Amino acid sequence: MSLQLDEKGKLRHFLSIDGLSRELLIDILDTAESFATVPEQSVKKVPLLRGKTIVNLFFEASTRTRTTFELAAKRLSADVLNINIGASSTVKGETLLDTLRNLQAMHADMFVVRHQESGSAHFIARHVKPYVSIINAGDGRHAHPTQAMLDMFTIRRHKKEFGKLCVAIIGDILHSRVARSQINALNMLGTGEVRVITPKTLLPNGHHSLGVQVHHDLKTGLKGTDVIIMLRLQNERMSGAMLPSEAEYFRLYGLTEEKLCGAKSDAIVMHPGPINRGVEMDSQVADGPRSVILQQVSHGIAIRMAVMSMAMHQGTGEAKDWGGGPLSRGKRGSEA
Amino acid sequence: MRILIKNGLVIDPANNIHRQENIYIEAGRIVALGSKPDGFKPQKEIDASDKIVCPGLVDLCARMREPGDEQKADITSETKAAAASGITTLCHPPDTQPIIDTPAVAELIYRQSQQAGYATVLPIGALTKQLNGQELSEMATLQDAGCIGVANIRPINDTNVLRRALEYAATFNITVFLTPQDAWLAQDGCAHDGPVATQLGLPGIPASAETSVVAKVIALVEEIGVRVHFLHLSTARAAQMIGRAQYDGHKISCDVCAHQLFLTEMDLDDYNSNCHVIPPLRSQRDKEGLRETLSKNIISCITSDHQPHEADAKNMPFGATEPGISSLETLLPLTLKLVEEGVVSLPKAIARLTSGPAKVLGLDSGTLTCGEQADICIFDPEKIWTFNDKDIVSRGHNTPFIDWQFKGKVTHTLHTGRIVYEQKNESKKKKHG
Repeated sequence: MSLQLDEKGKLRHFLSIDGLSRELLIDILDTAESFATVPEQSVKKVPLLRGKTIVNLFFEASTRTRTTFELAAKRLSADVLNINIGASSTVKGETLLDTLRNLQAMHADMFVVRHQESGSAHFIARHVKPYVSIINAGDGRHAHPTQAMLDMFTIRRHKKEFGKLCVAIIGDILHSRVARSQINALNMLGTGEVRVITPKTLLPNGHHSLGVQVHHDLKTGLKGTDVIIMLRLQNERMSGAMLPSEAEYFRLYGLTEEKLCGAKSDAIVMHPGPINRGVEMDSQVADGPRSVILQQVSHGIAIRMAVMSMAMHQGTGEAKDWGGGPLSRGKRGSEA
Repeated sequence: MRILIKNGLVIDPANNIHRQENIYIEAGRIVALGSKPDGFKPQKEIDASDKIVCPGLVDLCARMREPGDEQKADITSETKAAAASGITTLCHPPDTQPIIDTPAVAELIYRQSQQAGYATVLPIGALTKQLNGQELSEMATLQDAGCIGVANIRPINDTNVLRRALEYAATFNITVFLTPQDAWLAQDGCAHDGPVATQLGLPGIPASAETSVVAKVIALVEEIGVRVHFLHLSTARAAQMIGRAQYDGHKISCDVCAHQLFLTEMDLDDYNSNCHVIPPLRSQRDKEGLRETLSKNIISCITSDHQPHEADAKNMPFGATEPGISSLETLLPLTLKLVEEGVVSLPKAIARLTSGPAKVLGLDSGTLTCGEQADICIFDPEKIWTFNDKDIVSRGHNTPFIDWQFKGKVTHTLHTGRIVYEQKNESKKKKHG
């Protein structure tokens, strides 16, 4: 899907991991690394996107993702507008395209979009004016690429080389856009082994195309893993004949200290949040020494700063300058 | 009007004719094939040299959006598109607004098509009232009002209602058209439950949504003996099951949409909403299996399942778009492509568009038999052309086949002995010649 790249292969939109090269993913991680120190400065801003307007366009409720996008944009010195469409225009019968055209007429430079339909970010990217960038903040079951990249960032900070890692993703793969993006990113970065551990009701029929080892037993699935990623179990899955009960799910797939023993001794535990304590994992693990869940949240800001600035600077004179030294620019900005 | 179609290669699969012949038409009927009737003086001659003359095509399922959805299309616009595509008979499924569950709606459709005059439109009545899957419709009354059969279109979840409906239809020898899709298994799916849907994050419709209904209906047909036609198969497995039931002597027939023989789930890549169809585009293996069962005559008809839409209906994220393809104008071109690709012979291909569907409908049309209504399609089999958006006659421009190259193009269509379509540049050429 070359829709998200310009003719020079640089990021124009950030829609899905699928279709991006390994080099580009590493570039995003490196760029994020340069931003990771910005919040530690006394002035938490860099002037990279000064004068730009970024619209957070959320058709679905979100707290974490929206606020970290907002923070990221503000730390890049952009003007941010938050719009929760969930209950306004679409209810009045306005089409997605009309909503978009209206906002575009307000001269926004970037839309950060979350929408309940898979493929909506692609759809919007195909219809916006050429100077507008789209960042996918989650589309249906399809993709959540910034979440996946912040997870990769977190893994890289703890584990360095992807080639030797064994990563297990546990939970609802069927409905999870996070899992799809994580799997694509892990595979593109050359991860040694990617496993999913889930009952068959939460596994998509076409899982053979994902490039994962499927396990149904948590104990065998966790054996020898370096990274354990828990997925959120949506409450509504309990009613739709997907699972019999939270209790049985927790007994079979919930992460506890005891079950963690099968993983490598230095294995880290991740979760995109928000956690259902006592369903996906117990509090001992969530708050335990192996949990990197809160680091994920902070890394989310750095990753979002990286993709926003990269997408915004593609194809311009600034891009070259930017490619030369994100680190130096970041520093200069924070010193200012 | 007396018309002579001369020097054409006449292919009439029902009568096993495949030779160069002249066709003589008078008062709306074919009066002779080959030798000229005494004293026949044509008022118009159509030179069909190097062309193929076949029966007018019969399409088992085409939505014309009238009544109820005239913002998308209407009977006049779509029968005109049918005429330009060599189609002279179309069946209209009952999911209009209001639904075809009263004689009044059936009569309205019939009257509108008569007035337009491009093609015969045969309404298919609803199998249950309001297509609600709960109460039987007045099938016998609908039959008397001109409905060619009854159809469910929407799933019937209560198997007992389905059984009673089939029994009641069998009482009056009414053909029942069924779209086999289990609502519970299909849920809110919009794509084949396979690798592509998994990658794109689209809710899937498993193949079992189709096969489980086909199996259930076959079991009921075995008890009841009703004539059932399955509309629009998408899985190879369902076709095999129907083949077995046919072998066992049951009155079951089925069709496939032309697009299912060319597109697969892979075409959904990039969320092309023009490939959003129900039943969904399935796997490569299904496509191959459907082609095979088509060549074996288990699938006896190719349909368009024409569903014209206004542009807005397709201009949304994939899952939010309305399913369906505007497909009248690609029905013959795609079928001829099957011949080009060696799937079926030319006479077989024509049979799937003419005598095959006519037999399902219990009609005498779909042939060039003397004395029959002169519904005729003439096409140039060597003409290579590209399908362009600007050339679409239908009001629906929603098709994934734009820019496809086809070989074989309709030059004339006759309906009840009248020329309802004549290719423009062709007539110019004639004048020059």
